[in-house]
Order: sequence, then C-alpha cells, then structure tokens
Amino acid sequence: MTGIALVLGAVLGFASIKFKVEGDPLVEKIDAILPQTQCGQCGFPGCRPYATAIADGEAEINQCPPGGEEGIRKLADLLGREFKPLSEEHGVEKPKSVAVIDEATCIGCTLCIQACPVDAIVGAAKQLHTIVAAECTGCELCLAPCPVDCITMEAITETVDTWKWRYPVVEIKAA
Amino acid sequence: MLRKLFKFHGGVKPQTNKTQSTTEPIASVPLPDRLVIPLHQAVGGHPRPLVQPGDHVLKGQRIGGADGNLSSAVHASTSGIVRDVAQAVMPHTSGLTTLSVIIEPDGEDRWCELEKVNYRSTPPDELRDFLRDAGVVGLGGAVFPSYAKLKPGKEGKLKTLVINGAECEPFITCDDMLMRERASDMLKGIVAMRYMLQAEEVLIGIEDNKPEAVASVQAAIKASGETGIEAVAIPTRYPAGGAKQLIRVLTGIEVPHGRRSTDFGVQCFNVGTAFSIFEALEHGRPLISRLVTVAGNVTAPRNYDVLIGTPMDHLVRLAGPRPDTDRYIMGGPMMGVRMPGFDVPVVKATNCVLVGSATMFPAPPPEMPCIRCGECAKACPADLAPFEMYWFSRSKNFGKAQEYHLFDCIECGCCSFVCPSHIPLVDYFRFSKSEIWSREREKESADGARDRFEFKNFRQEREKQEKAEKLAAKAAATREKVATEGAATPAAADGEAAPKPKPSGDDAKRALIEAAMEKARQQKAQVAPKNTDHLAPDVEADIAAIDARRNAAPARAADTPDA
Ligand code: SF4
Ligand code: SF4
Ligand code: SF4
Ligand code: SF4
Repeated sequence: MTGIALVLGAVLGFASIKFKVEGDPLVEKIDAILPQTQCGQCGFPGCRPYATAIADGEAEINQCPPGGEEGIRKLADLLGREFKPLSEEHGVEKPKSVAVIDEATCIGCTLCIQACPVDAIVGAAKQLHTIVAAECTGCELCLAPCPVDCITMEAITETVDTWKWRYPVVEIKAA
Repeated sequence: MLRKLFKFHGGVKPQTNKTQSTTEPIASVPLPDRLVIPLHQAVGGHPRPLVQPGDHVLKGQRIGGADGNLSSAVHASTSGIVRDVAQAVMPHTSGLTTLSVIIEPDGEDRWCELEKVNYRSTPPDELRDFLRDAGVVGLGGAVFPSYAKLKPGKEGKLKTLVINGAECEPFITCDDMLMRERASDMLKGIVAMRYMLQAEEVLIGIEDNKPEAVASVQAAIKASGETGIEAVAIPTRYPAGGAKQLIRVLTGIEVPHGRRSTDFGVQCFNVGTAFSIFEALEHGRPLISRLVTVAGNVTAPRNYDVLIGTPMDHLVRLAGPRPDTDRYIMGGPMMGVRMPGFDVPVVKATNCVLVGSATMFPAPPPEMPCIRCGECAKACPADLAPFEMYWFSRSKNFGKAQEYHLFDCIECGCCSFVCPSHIPLVDYFRFSKSEIWSREREKESADGARDRFEFKNFRQEREKQEKAEKLAAKAAATREKVATEGAATPAAADGEAAPKPKPSGDDAKRALIEAAMEKARQQKAQVAPKNTDHLAPDVEADIAAIDARRNAAPARAADTPDA
C-alpha cells in the first residue's frame, strides 16, 4: 500500500510540475498583452497573477494603468468582452518613465534592490546603487522604501532611435 | 553593348531636372566657421567620442570610435580645435538632437598621419576593420557600413558585383559628376572591392540619360585594361537605382519578398562608395567629405565636394538661393526628407540639398478617399499592393499591413506620385513601420522584464526555502542541546529560531538609518577612488558630473525624511 501511494504521489507531483511549466494558454495570451511593468497597481502581485485572475473571471480587464486604454482594448478583443475605461481606483495612465537614483544621496541600504521586481537596480550593501535604465519598467515600487528619498522618476524622452513618424494629417474632402 | 537587359515592375517617369546642375565641374567649398559632426551617421551602433572640448585635432583624425558589431568610425574633416562635444540638431525630420563634435577650423587644413593599405597582402578581417575605422559607409543614401557588406558569403565568392550609378532620383547629379570627373579612381576602388568579394563579374549600371558618365567610365575601364568589368547604360525609369530594381535590370534576378540579393550571389554598392574605398586604401584617407548636389530654388545649381559637418546654409549660399526659399530637403523630391532647419550639418547620407519654396513645391491638394483604382499597385516597383497597405495603416491595423509585405516597401514614392486621390501613401507607410518597430522594442523589453521578474520570484522562493532549512537545522541542533543539557531555558531556543529580529517601531528604524548614513558619510570622506587613471573622455565627463552632484548633496542628505 505505502509503495503504491509513494509511486502515485511521485507521478502526481511530476504531473503538477509538468503542467505548471506548460501553463494555461489563455493566461499566456493575456500575459502577453500585459505590459510586464510588475507594479502591482492592478491589485495583484505582478502581471501574471493578474492574467490568471482575468482568465478565471476574478478580475476586470480595466485594472492595469501602465497598459492603458490600448491594453484594455486588446484584452477586450482577445476575450470578446466589452471595452471599458481604465478603473480610476487602480490609477491613471502616465507617460513611460524610468527611476533615477541620486548617487550623492544614496546610502547603499539595498532596500530598493529588494523592492525592484525586475532586478533593474545594481549595487551591493553600503555601495552606491544605480538603476539600469534599459531594464527599469518604471513601476515606482522602489520609491517608497528608499529611506532618504533619493529616487525620482524621469519621463523617457524621445531619441532618434525611438522617434516615430506621425500619423499623416488627413483632410478628406467630400467626394 | 549587346547585354540583354530586363525590366522591373512598375516605376514612373518624373521630370528629371538634372541638366541644370551638371553644366559646371565639381567645386570646393570654403571652410566654414564651425563644423558640427554628428557621431552617429551610419546604420548600427553609436560611436563613442574620442576627443574632448579643447583638444586640437588634425584633418582625418578619428573623433568617434566604432562601437558594437555594426558601427562605423567618424573623423575630423579639417584641423582645428574641438569646441564642444554636445547634443546638436541633426539632419533628420524629427528635429531631434544627437551627440556631435563641434570643431572650429584653424584654417590650416592639415592632415594627420595617414596609413595606407595594400589590400592584396592584408588578411580580409584586418581589411574590414581598416574600412570600419576609415568610416566608409554606403553613400547612396542608406549609409550602411561598407565593411559589413564586403564579405564574399558562404561560397567564398560572389557571382556579380553590381555598382550603382543609376542615380534615378530627380535633381540629384552627384554620382553623375563623380563618374565624369573621377572615373579612374572610382574604378580602382571597384577593382579592390571585386578582389575582396572574389566577384566573377562587375556590372556598373548607369541610366541612359547620363551619356557622358557612361562614356567616361567606359574609357576608364579601357584604359585600365581590366576585364570582366562592364559599364551598362540602362533605361531611365525611376527607381532604377533601387538595389533590387537595378539587380533585376542588369541580371534578371528577381529577389523575392523578404530575401536578400546575397542569397543569389549578387551584392550592390554605390559609385560614391567605390570612390571612398579607393581613397581609404590608396591614400589612407578616411571618409571626411562627399559630393553633394545643391539644386532646386537656387540660381546656380551645382555639385560640391563638401566636408562632413559643414552647415547646409553655408553650402547653399554658394549656389545663390532665391529669396523665397523656405525649406531644405535632404535627398530628392521623391524620397527626400524635409530638414528641421537651415544650419543642420551635411552628413555622410547627404547626397543632395534640394532647396525649396512654397511656389516650387506647392502644398499637395487635399487627400481624397481611395477609389481602389489600382494605379499605385501598377506603379509599385516592389510589386506590392499599396492601397491595401494604406487601408490597414490608416486604420492602424499593423499586423494586416505587414501581411501585405509592408517592410518590402522601399519608400520610393511612386505610389503617391501616381495616386489620383493625392493620398500621401508613403507617409502612411513610414508611420506604420515606425509604429511596428516601436512595438517590437516594447515587446522585447516586456519579455525581458517578465523573465527577470520570474527569475527574481524563483530566487526569493529558493532563498526562503534555504533559510527555512537552515533555521530548522539550527532549531533541531538547539533542541538537542537543550535535551542533552537539560537545564537550559526554552527562551533561548525560541529567540534563535525566530525569523530575523525586527526593530520595534519607527524610532528604532530611524536610528538605524541615521547610523547607516553617518557611516556612509564617513566612508565617503575616507575612500578615494583608485580606478580613475586612463579613462575614456566620456567616462571622465560622467565622473565629473556625478562629483558635482555629490558635492551639492550633503545639505539634502542631512534632513532625513520619514522612512
Ligand atoms: S498593473 Fe502593473 S502589475 Fe498589474 S498587470 Fe499592469 S503592469 Fe502588471
Ligand atoms: S528601478 Fe524602481 S521603478 Fe524601475 S523597475 Fe525597479 S523598482 Fe521599478
Ligand atoms: S492610386 Fe490612390 S486611389 Fe488608386 S488605388 Fe492606389 S491609393 Fe487608391
Ligand atoms: S513607396 Fe512602397 S508601396 Fe509605394 S510604390 Fe514605392 S515601394 Fe511600392
């Protein structure tokens, strides 16, 4: 009896690992739309948990401020639901920005490193910390823990590499 | 002469307006007061600055070093003092700035020491590095670093090397004049390229509206005694100078959507590029000047040999702009882009400064609805369906636009040229392309963020587990100890097994922070950095900036905000 139980237990354990890796295709699709800012404004600890909640019908599709209107539209399309404006209690859509540490003030406490969900801050205990701008998602989670308030958010400015051609001004004449 | 030529799909015949600027020979330009040399002038990575304000530079000295696996060096175009390494408006529609080296010429125009190369005795890799550091890029307008294209491909050799002297865009005549006046030097560059690519044959395609250029190149080939090189006159039809179109006309090879000509044993270079390869190999001179056509709303259209970094208005003044001039266009009327100002510098991509006015280029009639007449598809040299791509670009359905091969569009402007509804089709395609690129970038960074987020969670999970295991082991050890010693107080065991002592309340936390800050301050005062010797100028500039900020800080660091 114990033998069978052990074997079955192992099989079940294996199965659960295997299925976890493959993931739910719907959750994957939703997660692919979410911006991966990992800010938690949606009320879930990261984008993936929010995606799971949407898939399970436990959350509305308008709770992610970084994704903004466009994100909500895409979710509505994917899930065949009605579009609704961003829920105010979860926040507002802001221009994308990155966090900047004032090196002069940083005391090297590592609190921000622990807070950053995407490991975008480098530094070690008592060393000055720096944010890798390319990896920062702008989630603002590092602002609150900083004891000396040396982190600020700076909006990303356009460079020639990120510049986009504008939508042509259309003048349609009645034909 | 009896070579069989082929036709490419579509194309248009706009007025060429080329004769005006070919009556006079190539002229030189007096030194301007100031040269603004952007560091990023070619496709690929941003070169890093190698000079700093106050440095004296010589003509041909490298001021920007190639960075990354696709990048091209930048050089001082004359001798003088570096006044600044700063952001300056670049010749780009956006009007955005880019890091540039600003040089005040000393008037001596003195070359630095030049190093030439014998391409036959130099290993191919070294030769490519040499051309990268000489800043040689495609001068047809695409500014793709040439060294990256000078690889013979998988088979170790190339079938056909196509040299592009078609110059199909109206008004532009810089390649024409180059072929007329510098054919034999250009030919030496072509011979070097042929050697590097191990090409069987070389075809130089020139539109038949440039008979002088054809004759001049043919004479140069004859004089050189080279075989397997042929200058071919091709029918004048825009855009015969597009790489895929020219290859089609000369070889009959139709490069399919999404494929590259090298897959078919063909590589294509511009005539100006061949000339700069000659200059680099034979004289050791890096790419510091290029031929530029000044045409349009000027009294004396002409071609000039212009130092890179020369302000456009300094150049245009020589040709006598008419008083109603209100814009400069870089490139021609079909593919050119409007400049954000008059003092932007001439760069490696500048083949023409087309001077315009409201009367010369009147605003297009208002856009009307697409009537799906199909004219655009008939004119498209890339064999696309512009009206479909327009429809989906307009409605921002980018996925669909891509299905219609949006990225095969070469932005030649034929479709907009023929459209009876005056739809600025190319503007829509440029808009769509840049939106798609930006989405790609966003997606990439989102994917990266997801991976790092998942990894962090995994790491935290693992750390938690390890900690728990350690604690459990410790607790077990203590329990054992307690059991064996018998008399120990249980409180000790509890204390040790508790998860990390927490300071109770805000005061304790604040005290800790104060202590840490004090310590940090002391350390900062003691420690002098030891790794500040032999740094690149940009790193030094960064350090100076950080130091300045640090010095301004103590006042702010002192008033501790609420934790
Ligand atoms: S609100 Fe933040 S955490 Fe939630 S889905 Fe949006 S980006 Fe992700
Ligand atoms: S650095 Fe700060 S704002 Fe940027 S991702 Fe990390 S926690 Fe978020
Ligand atoms: S030429 Fe203009 S009107 Fe005709 S199908 Fe093309 S876009 Fe539409
Ligand atoms: S601009 Fe693009 S779509 Fe229009 S004709 Fe040229 S290649 Fe075709």
